[in-house]
Amino acid sequence: MSIISVKNLTKKFKDFVAVKDISFEVDQGEIFAFLGPNGAGKSTTIKMLTTLLHPDGGMIRLNNFDPVVQGDEVRRSFGIVFQDPSLDDELTAEENLEFHGVLYKVPSSIREKRIGELLKFVDLEDRRKSLVKTFSGGMKRRLEIARGLLHHPKILFLDEPTLGLDPQTRNHMWNYVVKLNKEEGMTIFFTTHYMEEADKVAGRIAVIDHGKIIAVGTSNELKSKTNTKTLEEAFLNLTGTTIRDEEATSKDYLRMARRMWTGRK
Amino acid sequence: MSTIYILWLRQIKRYLRSRARIIGSLGQPILFLIALGFGFGPIFKQAGGGNYMQFLTPGIIGMSILFTAIFSGIELIWDRQFGFLKETLVAPVSRTQIMIGRTLGGATVATLQGLIVLILSLFIGFHLEHFGILLLAIVIMFMIALMFTALGTAIASLLEDMQGFQLIMNFLVMPLFLLSGSLFPLQGLPKAINFVSKIDPLSYGIDALRGILAGNFHFGLGLDFLILFLLIIFFIAIGTFLFRRIQV
Ligand SMILES: Nc1ncnc2c1ncn2[C@@H]1O[C@H](COP(=O)(O)OP(=O)(O)OP(=O)(O)O)[C@@H](O)[C@H]1O
Ligand SMILES: [Mg+2]
Repeated sequence: MSIISVKNLTKKFKDFVAVKDISFEVDQGEIFAFLGPNGAGKSTTIKMLTTLLHPDGGMIRLNNFDPVVQGDEVRRSFGIVFQDPSLDDELTAEENLEFHGVLYKVPSSIREKRIGELLKFVDLEDRRKSLVKTFSGGMKRRLEIARGLLHHPKILFLDEPTLGLDPQTRNHMWNYVVKLNKEEGMTIFFTTHYMEEADKVAGRIAVIDHGKIIAVGTSNELKSKTNTKTLEEAFLNLTGTTIRDEEATSKDYLRMARRMWTGRK
Repeated sequence: MSTIYILWLRQIKRYLRSRARIIGSLGQPILFLIALGFGFGPIFKQAGGGNYMQFLTPGIIGMSILFTAIFSGIELIWDRQFGFLKETLVAPVSRTQIMIGRTLGGATVATLQGLIVLILSLFIGFHLEHFGILLLAIVIMFMIALMFTALGTAIASLLEDMQGFQLIMNFLVMPLFLLSGSLFPLQGLPKAINFVSKIDPLSYGIDALRGILAGNFHFGLGLDFLILFLLIIFFIAIGTFLFRRIQV
């Protein structure tokens, strides 16, 4: 049974089409990865799924609800760790977590317990009472993750959760997420630029580029489809090697032309 | 209920932690009280207006509340820019509750600020007949604060960043303050100014406050109260409507 169902979803920013007519399904209890170069439309899609942006076309069903007209029901179905910062810098680590717990109606006994556990888990126990504005980038990121794990939703969105984290923490976090997925049947929808993370934890992977989904399948399926050995090679094969920065394109052409002429890589 | 409380609490905590902001925003009202109060006092008396400090203080309290309240509402833009707004927007709570919690928090902060100005004015020369009226004065202060926090939030819902802030200050907040009768009596004004002062919501707030604190009403407490009440409902409704439509 699919818990997320997307059909012909489109989003425009003025004339620019950020998400073009995409369709996909995510099954209940699945770990689903959304991979794509910078600016591919991953975060925009997640924002539409999580009621933060209104689509310009297409249909979404999340836990059988429509985010456009059943915002409250949809919001009761998911949790999210955003790509961009979303903490209150003027509150302490603990207060940020409490705020979240209260908004999500986590009973206070469970809330207290989980806050303690999660702060320990992300190694911020001794900074519990510090204002978030005194934290380093990585510490803030870890707190965002702890907050996302505080209430246990049906669907958990993780938009580049491991951005800027050290390998130890990344490993640690994925183990925890996989455990939640196994034990509670939580559906996980995540994006990342670390291919090995997707390779290791994702059941299925969708590759999106320039707002379009260009491939969906397991890591092995993507590899065999592109005749490559690693997911990274498969990814590069599918999305090309040009850098996704409009200004870089002309330079890339030059580089490509030179390569062709000189025969070097 | 717990949603409204936690949003309220957040505003209060942020306020109490920003000592610089509290002290900074007291400078202006105190300067106004001293410069205008003592500067225009003699002329006001000669013209038969009575004690200007008594007249002016409720106006300056109203000004502090107006500024703090609008500013608290506008803070929504910061929340949007620093990303915290997303956290509240994806939460499974009604938008109305979020709006009410925010507004109550901002209004409490603005009322506290007004109360501090009132207390300080007692040292500058304002004279309170009896302290019993203080409770009623606080109720009116809170109503003014609610009205303008909701207005500030409504405006902030329409803005993406702080670029429009100067515009709001110069074309909304300053006129609201200056044309409300906070500095001068509303009797015998030229027709145009008289009209504008009547449609200025702050006029009714200041009239109520001045009537309660210094004993002279222009519109009367009943009318003041009714208009404040209706405008609070109106601005909260508009604010909630606009807040619902925010996309980030
Ligand atoms: N609010 C906005 N206004 C205008 N354009 C936007 C807006 N948000 C996103 N875009 C554009 O839409 C495209 C997709 O952006 P999106 O954030 O979804 O990319 P992404 O796949 O998450 O990339 P990244 O890996 O860099 O996070 C980009 O070209 C971006 O410039
Ligand atoms: Mg993104």
